[in-house]
Amino acid sequence: MNWLDQHILTLVTFIPAIGGLLLLALRRDREIRWFALLVSLFAFIASLHLPAHFHRDRVGFQFLQDVPWISRPNIHYHVGLDGISIWLVVLTTFLTPLCVLISWTSIQERVKEFFLLLLILETALIGVFVALDLFLFYFFWEATLIPMALLIGIYGHGRRVYAAVKFFLYTMIASVFMLAGILWLYAKVGSFDFVVLQNALHNGSVPDYTGYTPLLLFLGFFVAFAVKVPLFPFHTWLPDAHVEAPTAGSVLLAGVLLKMGTYGMLRFNLGLFPDQARANAGWIADLALIGIVYGALVAMVQPNMKKLIAYSSISHLGFVVLGIFSFTQAGLNGAMFIMLAHGISTGGLFMLAGILYERRHTYEISQFGGLASPMPAYARFFLVVLLASVGLPLLNGFIGEFLALSGAFQARTWWGIVGATGVIWSACYLLWMYQRVFFGQLTHEENNRLPDLNLREKTALWPTVVMALAMGIAPMLWLNGIDPAVHNVLSPSPEKNVSTAGEAARPTQLASKAVGQ
Amino acid sequence: MTLAFQTMNAIPHGPDYVSILPEIVLSLFGLLIMMLDPVMDERRSQRTLGGIALIGSILALLATVYQGHYLAQTGFPGLAFWNMVKIDAFSIFFHFVVALVTILVILASYEYMEVQQIRAGEYYGLLLFGAVGMALMSSAVELVLTFIALEISSIATYILAGFRRRSAISAESSLKYFLLGSFATSFFLYGVALMFGATGSTSISAIADSMARYANGGHGPLLAYLGVAFMFVGLGFKVAAAPFHVWTPDVYEGAPSPVVAFMSTAPKAAVFAVLLRIMFQTHAPGRIWLIWAAAALSMTIGNIAALVQDNVKRLLAYSSIAHAGYLLVAFASLPENGIPAAMFYAASYAVMNVGAFAVVGHFASHGERYVTIEDYAGLGKRSPLLAAVFTMFLLSLIGIPMFGGFFAKFYVFSAALQSDLVGLVIIGVLNSAVAAYYYLRIIVVMYMREPREEVPVAPVPAGLGFALTLSLALTIYLGVLPNRVLEYAHQSVELLK
Repeated sequence: MNWLDQHILTLVTFIPAIGGLLLLALRRDREIRWFALLVSLFAFIASLHLPAHFHRDRVGFQFLQDVPWISRPNIHYHVGLDGISIWLVVLTTFLTPLCVLISWTSIQERVKEFFLLLLILETALIGVFVALDLFLFYFFWEATLIPMALLIGIYGHGRRVYAAVKFFLYTMIASVFMLAGILWLYAKVGSFDFVVLQNALHNGSVPDYTGYTPLLLFLGFFVAFAVKVPLFPFHTWLPDAHVEAPTAGSVLLAGVLLKMGTYGMLRFNLGLFPDQARANAGWIADLALIGIVYGALVAMVQPNMKKLIAYSSISHLGFVVLGIFSFTQAGLNGAMFIMLAHGISTGGLFMLAGILYERRHTYEISQFGGLASPMPAYARFFLVVLLASVGLPLLNGFIGEFLALSGAFQARTWWGIVGATGVIWSACYLLWMYQRVFFGQLTHEENNRLPDLNLREKTALWPTVVMALAMGIAPMLWLNGIDPAVHNVLSPSPEKNVSTAGEAARPTQLASKAVGQ
Repeated sequence: MTLAFQTMNAIPHGPDYVSILPEIVLSLFGLLIMMLDPVMDERRSQRTLGGIALIGSILALLATVYQGHYLAQTGFPGLAFWNMVKIDAFSIFFHFVVALVTILVILASYEYMEVQQIRAGEYYGLLLFGAVGMALMSSAVELVLTFIALEISSIATYILAGFRRRSAISAESSLKYFLLGSFATSFFLYGVALMFGATGSTSISAIADSMARYANGGHGPLLAYLGVAFMFVGLGFKVAAAPFHVWTPDVYEGAPSPVVAFMSTAPKAAVFAVLLRIMFQTHAPGRIWLIWAAAALSMTIGNIAALVQDNVKRLLAYSSIAHAGYLLVAFASLPENGIPAAMFYAASYAVMNVGAFAVVGHFASHGERYVTIEDYAGLGKRSPLLAAVFTMFLLSLIGIPMFGGFFAKFYVFSAALQSDLVGLVIIGVLNSAVAAYYYLRIIVVMYMREPREEVPVAPVPAGLGFALTLSLALTIYLGVLPNRVLEYAHQSVELLK
């Protein structure tokens, strides 16, 4: 291993924060914006080193760096990547420059603080995905809260303070249960290291790990993640946070922050407590199904464009949870893929909604109509991103949902049936919204004068569209990294269901079948 | 006590004086201030005397460092003055905290006194004398001396609390603190007497020897239980632990803010040092349940009451009750983890709370008029730097990563779980989630409300700026690189066993 491979994760993680601190030295808003863009682009380019040098066939963590940090308690700065986290890191670094671009003119006050918070948030988000020490993980997990809450609270719209406080308290309260769980594990095992803990739990060498303790530990972690996802009935903070957040906040919130929850489930709930996860899969999948249908139905009746997209996130993230707790290779692959696809497409939708807001200062769907004639380019971009979100074949949404649903079918038929209705619902509410906004008569005269996309906005949107298409056409580029890692999550526990184990060997075929259609 | 009498004939020599060197330095400078005050020009004396106090406390800090070197190099066992005083890693740790807090408070008081138009040289003298008592508390291993040290520090803080002479609530604060405080100290003294009855000694090591017989099974004498309980009442009052906390909000509200910064941190740290010695070194009977109850009550009462406060000083007073509760969680844990956890918490709480109160004191302006949360509206726009610094102290108090408060809390709860105190940890983590709300309220008001123009925002003067920078740097240092401090705290585990 060369020096770069060893330190690349640290570099990628801390480039944004260091750039953010350097930002403090700048005075003019223009310079600040350009500098933030350069820093985030630099982080993105650095992060491309990861997939380029990632050994896709190898199981386990790569790019490891393990430095003792605090000796008592035994805490290490231990970072590493596997197929589950690698794309989430790249997703984060991919979305941040777009966030900078999309906030270029919409943020006019306290510009310096805005980009500082954005870059610190990026560091914390990457940290969450790369941390392999549970203390470090919790450290970054909590560190995401402050910048996000401040972004919503300072730069948001109308009821921003309410939304920010609600967001903060929901996640804070839920995550203290995870803290208690982490501390319990440390008290018994004497390590915060993920791999050490995983081995200890699998060997059954953890003292007092009997009775209700495993269940309580599982639930402690699960609650923290479920609020973040958010899983029904913990979802009520999300619509508020999204509606009030500034565009960049929404993009990162939907694109990455929610994935912290599903990533946590995959990494910790399945990785550390596989037996408990299997035992509890039933009701969790039920909640996910309720979330899929409920989120979709509520989205359908929203008069507010941003709220509609927020509820669609609840619905889409339901697919992810369903895929994870289907305990099939296809389901887990699908869940991972949706996480990425949703990050791109919903991130794109929020950017588009933000662009419209900048022009009209409203998200009300009824304020629009017939926008396709004054803003043709905007309408085209919107259509592509929206269809990606709906799950049109050849765009990225389809692959993930197909895999997750086929996993759900394998686990229990009716899960698949109910889940599949979610796809129909999403087509309904998204296309209906599109129709109301872009087609028909121009009912409001002022909409006729709306300028179409400018170069900066197009620059921000093109990457999402290209990625949506690329992920839809060549999903294997992503899945061949994800697949072994996911298999590794499934296999360490004694395989109870032989048929799913058999299925697990053929994810590649499933994926290619999905593409073939 | 017999041991003390036997050696009483010996005349104290070099090492004895080294072991109270910081106290000597502080006393000398305190006396110097008291002597200079009457002969100096009224208008000029303020800064000069403050400067002298600053030099004194810095020298005390250096003296503490010297003590550490002296111990390491000469192999001096640490016991001095007929085994009444002991310097070891433990007491040096607390000496350091006390001296540091004194320095920060003097820096923060410098301009405060001018703004409030309080002209009194004895203010700095009292600060130094108070620090003498606190430093002595952490090194005393003879309960009678502990009591004297406690009184020295308490009397200084009683007077300091009433220093805003023109304000009625400041006088109320001082009187209330004095009456209730002396009541509480008598409890402590009574406890000492009972302990003497139970074990025949007031020396902590002698008590430890006689209690060690009961350490493995068996009950100690009933008197010992009572003694421990009474001492805990007295000390619990000083650290504002529930149910002995009722005085705290009123006293903190009335006292000058730098004084609150001082008395909510330094004496508390010192009293916690005494508690650590009594509870752990003497194998105090009934320790766990006594402290379990007090910790759970303090956290819950402190946090819930803080939720509804509109006055920032009262809010921080309740928050300090809650923090005393978190700290007590460490006392219920096993000594291997509990002692370093408590020490680390005391240190990190000291730096962040001094910082927070320094900001409050600066912002309150003349006569401490602006102390409600609403007054802070829009501070983020009007004085971005001050607001950012205050925010970071508050985030540390919440327990957000990167700041000392986070690691301290983490460490305390970790210690408690290693001692199987699952119930207490659950109460604790839930409390820290609730606590986030009221600290957050201040941050929300500062950043997310429109500025209130009628509230003046004075530029931060140099002394205060330096104090804030230093305490913020220490807060972040403790949050990111806690290793050295932790390692040092760990040395005390063996000492107190």
